[in-house]
Formats: sequence, C-alpha cells, structure tokens
Amino acid sequence: MDQLLQHLLNGLLLGATYSLLGIGLTLVFGLMNVVNFAHGEFYTLGAYAAFAALAFPAVPFFLAIPLAIVAGALAGAVCERVLLRPLRGQSIDTVMLVMIGLWIVMQNAELLAWGGVAKSVPTPFPTEPVVAGAVSVAPLRIFVFVVSGLLILGAHLLLSRTKLGRAMRATFQDRETAALMGVSIERIHTVTFAFGAGLAAAAGALLGPVFLLYPSMGDLASLKAFSVVILGGLGNFGGAALGGLVLGIAEELGAGYISSGYRDAVGFLMIVAVLLLRPSGLFARAERVG
Amino acid sequence: MSRLPLAIVLLVVATAPAWVWNPYQLHTLIMAGIFAVLALSLNLLLGYTGQLSLGHAAFFGIGAYASALLSVKLEWSPWIGLLAAIALPGLAGYVIGRLALKLRGAYFVLLTISFAGCVSLVSVNWMDLTNGPLGIPGVPPVEIALPGLSPLSLRSKSAYYYLVLVAVVLAYLLCRALIRSRVGRALVALRENETLAASVGIDATHYLVLAAVWSAAMAGLAGGLYAHYTRFVSPEVFLFTYTVTMVIMVVAGGKGTLAGPIVGAVLFTVLPEALRELTSYQWQMLLYGVLLVAVLFFMPEGIVPALRAAWPALRAAGPAIRRRGRTS
Amino acid sequence: MTLEVRDLTVRFGGVAALVGVSFAVAPGTVTSLIGPNGAGKTTAFNVISGFQRPTQGTVHHDGQPITGWRPHRIAARGLVRTFQKTSLFPGLTVRENVLTGLHLRGRLGVAAALLGRGRVRDEERRLGAEADRVIDFVGLGARRHEAATALAYGDQRRLELAVGLAAQPRLLLLDEPASGMTASEKLAVAALIGRIRDEGITVFLVEHDMRLVMDISDRVLVLNYGRLIADGDPAAVQRDPEVIRAYLGAGAHAHA
Repeated sequence: MDQLLQHLLNGLLLGATYSLLGIGLTLVFGLMNVVNFAHGEFYTLGAYAAFAALAFPAVPFFLAIPLAIVAGALAGAVCERVLLRPLRGQSIDTVMLVMIGLWIVMQNAELLAWGGVAKSVPTPFPTEPVVAGAVSVAPLRIFVFVVSGLLILGAHLLLSRTKLGRAMRATFQDRETAALMGVSIERIHTVTFAFGAGLAAAAGALLGPVFLLYPSMGDLASLKAFSVVILGGLGNFGGAALGGLVLGIAEELGAGYISSGYRDAVGFLMIVAVLLLRPSGLFARAERVG
Repeated sequence: MSRLPLAIVLLVVATAPAWVWNPYQLHTLIMAGIFAVLALSLNLLLGYTGQLSLGHAAFFGIGAYASALLSVKLEWSPWIGLLAAIALPGLAGYVIGRLALKLRGAYFVLLTISFAGCVSLVSVNWMDLTNGPLGIPGVPPVEIALPGLSPLSLRSKSAYYYLVLVAVVLAYLLCRALIRSRVGRALVALRENETLAASVGIDATHYLVLAAVWSAAMAGLAGGLYAHYTRFVSPEVFLFTYTVTMVIMVVAGGKGTLAGPIVGAVLFTVLPEALRELTSYQWQMLLYGVLLVAVLFFMPEGIVPALRAAWPALRAAGPAIRRRGRTS
Repeated sequence: MTLEVRDLTVRFGGVAALVGVSFAVAPGTVTSLIGPNGAGKTTAFNVISGFQRPTQGTVHHDGQPITGWRPHRIAARGLVRTFQKTSLFPGLTVRENVLTGLHLRGRLGVAAALLGRGRVRDEERRLGAEADRVIDFVGLGARRHEAATALAYGDQRRLELAVGLAAQPRLLLLDEPASGMTASEKLAVAALIGRIRDEGITVFLVEHDMRLVMDISDRVLVLNYGRLIADGDPAAVQRDPEVIRAYLGAGAHAHA
C-alpha cells in the first residue's frame, strides 16, 4: 500500500512536466495543424541551454529555466519563419516530413555540439529526500512539480485572459475574420509555434537535472508528448494537462509493478490503445458521430 | 527507359564483382541492395497509398531476428529463415493494417512509431528470446544445396552480392507488377482521394492492409538478408537511424516511382561511404536532415521525377505521378 | 422501387439535419432534391451513400436494406454518388481517373497481378476500351491524356460524372452537378443527364438551379429544415405554397 502511494506521488510529480510538454505540442498540433515531430528537440534544446547557462558561475540556478524558455522560443520562432511559413498551404504530409528533417538536424547538431556522453546538471537542492509519513520525495522533484504547475497556469492565463491569447484563438478558429480585425496572421503563427517550443524547452530545463542529459533524450520526450496529446485530444489544453498526469502515473505504476525496462513502453501502449479505442482522446467531449 | 542505357546499366550491375576490386566497395553495394529492398517496401506505403510508416525498422528487425533465431537456435536452413523473415513481418503488417483502420496521416505515423518502440523494447528486455543487448552472433550464411553436389555456401561477398541482386530485381519486378494493375490503381486512389475512391467501390481497409502486409514482408526480407550477411543481429537493427535513412532514400529518390527508391538507396549508401573519409557520422546524419528539407522545398517529387521532367527519354511507360496540386 | 428512404432522421450536436424523411425513387427516372441552403440535402445524400450514419430510419436499395453500410459496399451494389465540391484524383490524367473509377468492373487481385500477366493484359485492354467509351460519352475525348487538374472547371465536373459512371451505377446520385457553371454548360449537363437516363440509369440529384431541375426532372422532392415538405411532379411542386414560402421566407405572398 505504501508502495502504491509512493508510485502515485512519483507519477503525479513527473506527470506535471509531461503535461507541460504535451500542452506545447497540442497547441501547435491543434491550432496550426502542424505535426511537430521535432518537439522533443526543443525539449533537448532547453535542457542543454540550461546546462550551458549554468556553466557560468554567475548564473543562478533559478535563472537557467527562464533562459532555457527564451532559447526554445527563439529557436521555435526561427524555425517557424524559415521552414513553416514558406510551406503554408502545402499538404500536411510535406510539413510532417520537413519537421522530421528538422528533428534529424537538431539532434545531430546537439550531438556534435555536446558529444554523446551524458551530462548531469548541478542543482542547489539537497539530495536528502523529504519524508512525509509513508512517502518520500526529493526536493528537486517538488521544485520541478511546482514550477511546471506555475508554467501551466501561466500558459492558461496567457491563452484565456490576454489579448495575445485571444488573438491566437481567433486566428485558428476563423482566419479571415481575425485578419479583418487587424490580427497579423503571420505573427500569430510564429508566436504560437514559439510558445509551444518554449514550453517544451521549459520541460527540458526542468527534467534535465532530474535525469541525465544526452542528445537523443528528445526522442522519448517527443513520444511522450504525443502520448499526452492523443490522451487529451487534439488541441485540448485541459485534456493535455490531465493526460500528462495520467501518463506519469501509468508509467510509475508500470515501472514499479511490471518492469522498469518496459517503462517507456507505457507511453507507446497508451498511444496505441487510445488511437484504437477512442481516437478523439480520453477527455474530449463525447461527440455523437452523425 | 529506352532499351540501350538500361541494358548497359544492367550489364554493369550484373558483372560488378568482376570489376569492383575493393571488397569494401562490394560490401557497400550489397548494403545498397538490401536498402533498396527496404526503400521499395517503404515506398509502397508512402509513395502509393500515401501513408507514412516510421516503424519500418521494426519489420526489418523482426525479419532479421526471425531468420537469425530460426537458424541459430533451431538450426533450420537459412532459406526457411528467409521465408520466416518474409512471413512474420507480413503478419505484423497485417495486424498493424487491421488495427489502423481509420487512422490516417499523423495518427498512422504515431501508431507505427509506437509499434516500433514496443518491438524495440521487447528485443532489449526479453533476454530469453533475443539475448537482449548482446544480440545473436553466429548467424549461418545462406547455403544453396543442389542434389548431387556439395552445398554451396554463400559466404563470399561475390556470392552474396548475387543473392541480394536477385532479391532486388525480384522485389522490383513484383512491385511493378502490383502497381501496374487494378490493385495498384486502387492504392493510388487511396492516396489521391480516399473519399472518392470509396464512392467508386474501393475498399480502403482492404487495400491498406494489403499494402501494409506487402510492405512489411519486403522489409522483413531485407532484414533476413541483412542477418545472414552480417551474421550478427542485435537490437541495433531497430535504431531510428535506419528508419531515417529509409525515409530519405524514398523521399529524395522519388516516392511514387519505382526507380526512385532504388536510386535513393544507392545514392544514400554510396554517399556516406564517400563522405566517411571526410566527415564523421553525425555530420552525415545532419546533412541527411538538411537534404531531406532541401528536397522537400525544391524538388518535392524527388530526384527521379525531376530527372524525368528534364529528360523525357527517361520516362517509364507506367503511370507517371504528376505534380500534385497544393492542398491546404 | 430503386431507392426507398423511410423515417430518416439525422441528429448531431443538438442539430437535427433530417427529421422523419420518407420518399421513394422510381427506376429509370430523374428525381431532384431541392431546398434552401442548409435544408439537409447533402446530409440525405451522405446517409444514402453510406458516408454518414442516420440516428434513425432506414434506406433500401432495390429492396435490400443498406442502412449503415460502408460506402464502398453500397457502391458495389450499383449506388454511386458524386460530390458537391469538385472531387477528382488530382495526380492522374483524365483517362487514369476514369480507369480508377472502373475498379468495380475489374476482378483481378494480387495473385493475378503477380502471376497471371496474360489475364491482367486482357483485363487492362477491356477496361481501357470501357474507359474510352465513358470518356467519349461525357464528351472529354479530346482531353483524355490531360492532367485532371489542368482541366477547366466545367470539364472537371464532367470528369467527375465520368468517374461516377465508370463505376457502373444503376442509381447515380449527383450532388449539385451544375453548380458554378455557365448557362451553356448547364444545358450540356442537362442533356448529359438525359442521356444517362436513357442508358437506363436512375438519376437522383441535388440542385439549386430551378430551371434545370424543372426541365429534366420527372419528379421533385423539397426539403426544408430537414423535413420533406413536397413530393410530386415539377409543375405541382412549383405551385406549392409551402415550397414558395420556404424559399422566400415567412411573410412572402404566393404568386399565381
């Protein structure tokens, strides 16, 4: 029983970051109809950016994350401008393949820049876990959970309360009207993609210290992000938030009770199961198929 | 293609072991052949039905493992192993095809990636069956046993080259026969306009499953050939780099054509070898990514169609795939 | 009856697209389905041809219930539909488009494709001749090797008709075959529909052009807000006060 609680807690803490990862992707996928197979690479970029920033002794740990977000967002904006804008109007397959090309380029660039040896990120947190009754948690993980939650909240507020958020939603619901209302469509596309990339980078900066950094860490991150998106339903912000938690918990339970080697298989199996049984996602509003 | 250039190319290819002095270069050609079969298999799905599978390395790997396990653990003839390398992935393709049902586009891609991920994890973790990361060494070479003669072991590179060449030619001819038929038209119809295809009686599921089985079986054959050539199979066959290379070969070579994947396979097996002296593996893969994007931007149909547009003499007598209209 | 629709109801997301619609289409006739925008005409087509499931009700084709069947199965029975938005195989030529439409006329599968090249050659020759016949029938003979996307709009709609005809329909559902056409193109389409009927094919079409509908139809059905409000010969429907009200809106006066 204690074991179960511990697993659930671990899953919840980890899941919050998965939610963060998934929200970025679902926005891009749902709003821009772009299948961003390079999403995991922005995650990796964020992790390495944080690592690089922390190599300068003057940089405090807590600054590394905003820096990583900025790095990710900038990279995302550049990619959107250079790759996606010229392809606007092309078939979704072509865009998908281009994103795969970006994936390959980014990963191997990272490999060349940092080498294949795994790196670890130093953190100011004590390694001694905090014990609360039957469960214990590393302070770092609490920090990661809290920051993830804040970022998710921030993203939600940005989308629902700010002018920019309204413009984003308007553009993707009805482009012509939005344009007539003075919204710069091109800018919104760039901002949306940068937003998604920034969130992925944040997730990377947060999870980097928890695990290790290696250039292909983005592959699994991509898959998990897609898991979350499919669980929650395309473009569904709340669904992605919940989906991340579901994935985190399922992974922890799977790793704990079945086998740790198959941990990552949970994400795969969730994708397969949801795609086959309920393609619109677990949390999507039930739609009567006419 | 007009007869004479084709005949010359065939002659050159058929006599390669005679004039390719460097055994390493012959090795490259053999690998190019194996990849050609792989590329043709992916092309059937991507180029003709329009669905992208990023899990083809899984079928390749299943074929390699099936053949290796049968010939090493059960000591069956490698020919039976090769048959299993075709049949087992074919079955897997059937399952995927039937499961995928209404999944198209990105969802189909994700399904294939997940499938490949699961298979890869199994190969690493199920030590009893696959020996895990250590792999299966000592895969026997293919033997031709004719009655009355002692078995001829295809151990030498030259011999194996011919085996692979036969496989490539067979794969090409079979694909061509399939494409230039009512079945081929149905596949293309699915790519071009699935709704319209249904309205004229084309059963999308049936033909998608057919393409998946065929495609998987061919990829499995490539895997089997690989296993008996390198004589060692490990979870590395599931590496994403193989899938990436396949995709580049098909897209850059020309998806939806028959010559495209073969040209792409040769190009992207020979090219890395040529670059090996100059750059490292990572630069090569990086270049692949850049090349993929560049091709999609500037030559979206691929090399072979671009060449055909420039030189009409190269045009084949089959259904040529014209530039698709932009779809938003 | 070639087509019988009983109590057809389609509801989704709180909207009732069709409510209790019942009608029958007699063999060898041209029947038109008209109604204001949003009346449910395309929904009716979608349900009949299997692209949408009804919430309630049945569809019978030549006495056989086909409700909920998948589109390709319905097509195999001889019920073929065209689409409102131009729907072709864009990467193919005119001839290749029609050859693809002839799918049901062929029989050979994978085994034959690989092993029975002789039979394949024969079937291809037969299908090729059939394709040419259909292309000539719709009047696209001069453009048979052109890319489908290179055709003018009117010719593209004609090609759509050819592809539908190639599938050997006994009942052909045409979704706005004359939309976006010039007056002379519409006359050509009307003539073509007449020739299709003369071939023994029952035609059921959705159209907005009243003149066209009244000229070629043996019978007219009128939908409004998902309900069938008129069903009869063209002249009677034209005079029906409820039909006039539906088109002109409430408060309009019927004119003699």
